[in-house]
Amino acid sequence: MSNAVIPEQRQVSWAVSFQVSWAGIRRRFFRSLITMSGVVLAIAFLTYMQVMNDVVRALVRADDAVLNVLLQQAGVDIYAGDAPDRMMVLLIVLSLLACLVGIINSMLMSVTERIKEIGTLKCLGALDGFIVRSYFIESSVQGVAGTVLGCVIGLAVAIGVATTNYHGYIAANLPVFSILRSLTTSLTTGTLLSVMAAILPAYIAARKQPVDAMRVEE
Amino acid sequence: MKPADDIIITTRDVTKVYQLGAEQVHALRGISLEVRRGEYLSILGPSGSGKSTFFNMVGGLDRPSAGSVSVDGCNLQELNQKQLAWIRCHKMGYIFQSFNLIQTMTAVENVALPRIFAGESPAKARAAAAEILDLVGLGHRLTHLPAQVSGGQQQRIAIARALVNRPGIILADEPTGNLDLHTGEEIIQLLADMKKQLGITVITATHDMKMLSASDTVVWIKDGRADRVARKGEFEVAIGTIDGKTLA
Repeated sequence: MSNAVIPEQRQVSWAVSFQVSWAGIRRRFFRSLITMSGVVLAIAFLTYMQVMNDVVRALVRADDAVLNVLLQQAGVDIYAGDAPDRMMVLLIVLSLLACLVGIINSMLMSVTERIKEIGTLKCLGALDGFIVRSYFIESSVQGVAGTVLGCVIGLAVAIGVATTNYHGYIAANLPVFSILRSLTTSLTTGTLLSVMAAILPAYIAARKQPVDAMRVEE
Repeated sequence: MKPADDIIITTRDVTKVYQLGAEQVHALRGISLEVRRGEYLSILGPSGSGKSTFFNMVGGLDRPSAGSVSVDGCNLQELNQKQLAWIRCHKMGYIFQSFNLIQTMTAVENVALPRIFAGESPAKARAAAAEILDLVGLGHRLTHLPAQVSGGQQQRIAIARALVNRPGIILADEPTGNLDLHTGEEIIQLLADMKKQLGITVITATHDMKMLSASDTVVWIKDGRADRVARKGEFEVAIGTIDGKTLA
């Protein structure tokens, strides 16, 4: 047989890559929860801050004398206008950066733990692309799940706190469209962060060689 | 059959040099060897002899610094990564000392992997995997995770995984190294049966005396060189020694 007739290994489809990766994601659920917790907390914080901001703005716009007293008691400057609080923006950005670094760190540890597994998969015929995809899928699924959970927690806490502070005024002045827009922002931010965090670990995982399957002792 | 067709693997002056800081380590110093189709070849040598390095070269897992390794007349050094992956998927089956099963996958999912990488649908791959697991006596453990079965059964799953794409060559690195005496014997017997039934070539790196008695050829590696090559009948296996040499 000459080299010319050796075919090139074909890449398996995304759907099949997802099916293969899903077993690992499902059975590593508790480990995934820890990786997810960073995303959940950061996105919950982002959602809470945005939703509270939406609610307070809607209540200020209602311009009710009793409500204005309640708002001032809660520490809201009702004459400040709609400009975002710089300190809050900084806090949100920092929390998101911490979340990004957290996911990258967890996934890099996962690559180190699974060098043997990656080497074995390559011995069985997996291409670099499959390894990249499986890490990408795992990180994205964790990130999206964490983002959705973070949105739910952030929204629930924000509505709970707002109801405690402003009682029945919330139901009458709930800014549904602003809240939906804020949730969309949180979902997009969390998903993008998770996908971005997956790039480096996936690339490092794919560079592992089949011979690594033999070298590492358990 | 012409004699050339009878040779499945040829190594020519295979050399491997590792650069460790300023120092050069010569792991292999030029090994030339021919492996016959359907042969059971054992590679023997003490730790640090270059045995594992040579095994990795033959298996297409590592590239030599100089020299060549040919499988079925095809020079592995001239192949690109995707062609090498094809060879590893279709032509070779690997068995490891510590089994190397994917811990989060069931027996049948582990065995199905090479067929999925070969392009088969997961459903069809699992059906083929179930068949081969039955062949190695694990038809009743299809949905068990590796942690839920014994060491011997894990190695049987690994053997099934190595065989599922019907490769021509099985490469086994100390396949009995993590098993007790009795289970080790069962694994050797299973490998010998598979070799006979499927006509595959088996190459093992081993310390295990029991493995040698099943071998057609034994290669002793010492200081990165093939110290001796002996065909069946040319070496004697005795307790603690082979042909007068103490096992390392």
